[in-house]
Amino acid sequence: MSKALKVIRQRRFSPRLQVWVLALLLTAVGLGLAIHKHRSYGFPLSPRSAETVWTIEAEISFQADGRPVRATLALPSGSPEFQRIDESFSSLGYGFFRTVGADGRERAEWTKREADGSQRLYYRTQIVRRPSAEAAAMRERELSILPVSDPAPFWESADRLAVDEVLDRVRRISADTESFAMQLVRLLRNGQDDQSVSLLLSRYSAEDRRSRLVLDLLRTEGIPTRLIRGVYLADGRRFQPVVEGIEVYHDQRWVFIDPLTGNPGVPEFFFRWQRGGQSLLDLEGGRGSQVRFSVLRDTRPAETLAFQRLEEQDHALLDYSIYSLPIEDQNVFKRLLLIPFGALVIVLLRNIVGIPTSGTFMPILIAMAFQETRLLPGLLLFLVVVGAGLGIRSLLSHLNLLVVPRISAVVIVVILLMAGMSIVSHHMNLAEGLKVTFFPMIIIAWTIERLSILWEEEGGEAALIQMSGSLFVAVAAFLVMSAAEIRHLTYTFPELLLVVLAVILLLGQYSGYRLTELRRFQSFLPKS
Amino acid sequence: MLLNWLRAPKLLSQAGILGLNSRNFNFIQKYNARELYPMVDDKLETKKIALNAGLKTPPLYGVIRYNHEVKHFHQLLGDYADFVVKPAQGSGGNGILVVSGREGEQYLKASGAVLLRSQMERYLANILSGLHSLGGRLDTAMVEYRIQPDPLFEAMSYQGVPDIRILVFQGFPVMGMLRLSTAESDGKANLHQGAIGVGLDLADGRPLQAVQYNHLIDKHPDTGLSLNQFQVPDWDELLSIACRCYEATGLGYLGVDIVVDRDKGPLILEMNARPGLNIQIANRRGLVPRLRQVESWLDTNDLPESARRIELAREWFS
Repeated sequence: MSKALKVIRQRRFSPRLQVWVLALLLTAVGLGLAIHKHRSYGFPLSPRSAETVWTIEAEISFQADGRPVRATLALPSGSPEFQRIDESFSSLGYGFFRTVGADGRERAEWTKREADGSQRLYYRTQIVRRPSAEAAAMRERELSILPVSDPAPFWESADRLAVDEVLDRVRRISADTESFAMQLVRLLRNGQDDQSVSLLLSRYSAEDRRSRLVLDLLRTEGIPTRLIRGVYLADGRRFQPVVEGIEVYHDQRWVFIDPLTGNPGVPEFFFRWQRGGQSLLDLEGGRGSQVRFSVLRDTRPAETLAFQRLEEQDHALLDYSIYSLPIEDQNVFKRLLLIPFGALVIVLLRNIVGIPTSGTFMPILIAMAFQETRLLPGLLLFLVVVGAGLGIRSLLSHLNLLVVPRISAVVIVVILLMAGMSIVSHHMNLAEGLKVTFFPMIIIAWTIERLSILWEEEGGEAALIQMSGSLFVAVAAFLVMSAAEIRHLTYTFPELLLVVLAVILLLGQYSGYRLTELRRFQSFLPKS
Repeated sequence: MLLNWLRAPKLLSQAGILGLNSRNFNFIQKYNARELYPMVDDKLETKKIALNAGLKTPPLYGVIRYNHEVKHFHQLLGDYADFVVKPAQGSGGNGILVVSGREGEQYLKASGAVLLRSQMERYLANILSGLHSLGGRLDTAMVEYRIQPDPLFEAMSYQGVPDIRILVFQGFPVMGMLRLSTAESDGKANLHQGAIGVGLDLADGRPLQAVQYNHLIDKHPDTGLSLNQFQVPDWDELLSIACRCYEATGLGYLGVDIVVDRDKGPLILEMNARPGLNIQIANRRGLVPRLRQVESWLDTNDLPESARRIELAREWFS
């Protein structure tokens, strides 16, 4: 360490070291930001990634008695696995507001002065799965919620025997709290023929007797337990009743026991709507109430969702991103953001490969024009325009003009030519011809000028080599700049441009041979 | 095949070949201060500096800076019948017009073509508007003495005047070559256009071998003269001129182009702050070991007088 410091002090940070440190810093910042955005907010790395959005609709139906109606529905509480991205309520003629229930959780409340006959109220929410890192953090936070020990239920003496018998049986085939709860759920599922089980089940009302019994038995055993109501997420499920399950507190955390299989852990496609014993629906002024859930699945671009999530959180990241600009400005920026990749291609092809081009950054401008015209029509148009320009230039050279007026004359004649091409191609119903206007004319005029001078001084071959070099680099830059992955990454993670900058800085130090030099100096290589 | 290409960079570096990136990064950027470039990019400046340092260049007949002066070109010439017109900021020998004779208002080009006065004026106007200069900057046309090549060289070259490029690194001559134009290079001395490069032994100015387009040759393809048995005249003086250019310009990595005139002896044609790498091909030797030799010697020694530098270079690089 001290040796390294001494080197640094002696050299006072050699430029080489400075570049490496700078490049490392830029890479760390750029990559770090991008990874953070990806992991914490779910900004997708791939353009094609789409996320599943579940729409859950709760339908409350009941018969009103002609009296004032008040209905309250427990709303989904925050879940570590899923995040709400949207919600809506609809109910004709009802007043609606959110309230907080006795358990401190949110409820939706509908009210109406007078209602008669069949009534229907709807609550709809859209949820997406949270990014895994965020879900883990949420689960961590949940751990700090300690269980409240509920009083054990009171059993009639006749039932008491059955309860003891069942608990005893389960105790014998289980090892700890978790396995006890598992085995109990399984026993109650399959124990239709079991005398004790059917006796106990008969003590409960029809709909939710199994989970109620499990809850009471576990509490009798002294295990902290809570009731979970939820919905299985499967596309096209219509009007399903709520699914009840339980969670037991084991080993410092709440373990969900799947009510269907008795397995521990939340099934992947289970959304926990409500926790704790509060009723799902409270109704005054009606009867025959039912809550039914319908589930719809659809997919959305992950990027859109990431922004929806941020919006839901009022996040500063959104306020200061490119996406906070007006749409038209965004489009300008999207193009600008691609230029660094074009520059990277130029650096690679010039300094590492060694391809000669006319004008250092001319190929980028041509590549940007290709993005508007598409590649093949663009190449064709470029060749036509430059070819025509060279012809005009050679005509003009006989007129004995100064350089700047001559280039201006080339520009004007070529623009007239382009206008002609556009009109003709329009009449021939060729849309491509119109796009000729995207070419940066001044740059092309200079290219024409340079090529024609090169032609005069060093011959057609040299001019041809340089033009094909420029075109090759332009096409390479175009391919990179129009790659879906790269476009996506630059739009979504503009901070990655810092990494591009770092790479270019490092390439700026490359003092090795260019690829074309291996050929140029081949006389120094042994004959192969 | 692929394996050979993968090994190529290592082999080249073992041969001490200097590549473009390394030349720019390790030598030009390090030893050539940016503000010194105008001295060599503008041939008029070069002339001035050379004269101040007591070095000879082809005599200047006149300068045309503005378009209105083009009309007076004819008067400016006075009695000179043969002369050379060149752009002061031209690069790579571009835009040079050699006039070998004059008859009234008609000019006879060295190639034999005839140029009318109007054509000559257009030629000058083109130079002024920056046709041949880097990046199309406004330029100046200079008219100067037409070199009368040494008879030995005149016989050897096809058109054009053979010139000698000496690469000077921190005042030490490190490599030299003679450039001969050919029919293929259209009378120009650019190696990549087909001119011949003859590597020169720094010790005595004798040829090492001749190369055209990467191939070894023994005879000039157009004149048929042998390319491995001659002696560059005034070699000692050539080396001394090249070395003194370092003091005159301060450029550490410098290419000096010298011609030998029949009457006036060695004359500095131009200097180059970004000398090309083909000199290595003509010499069939890499530059890197020589440059490193100079660097390491200067690490422990002060810069000696030019005579001593030449002595050392002859010792190291012959």
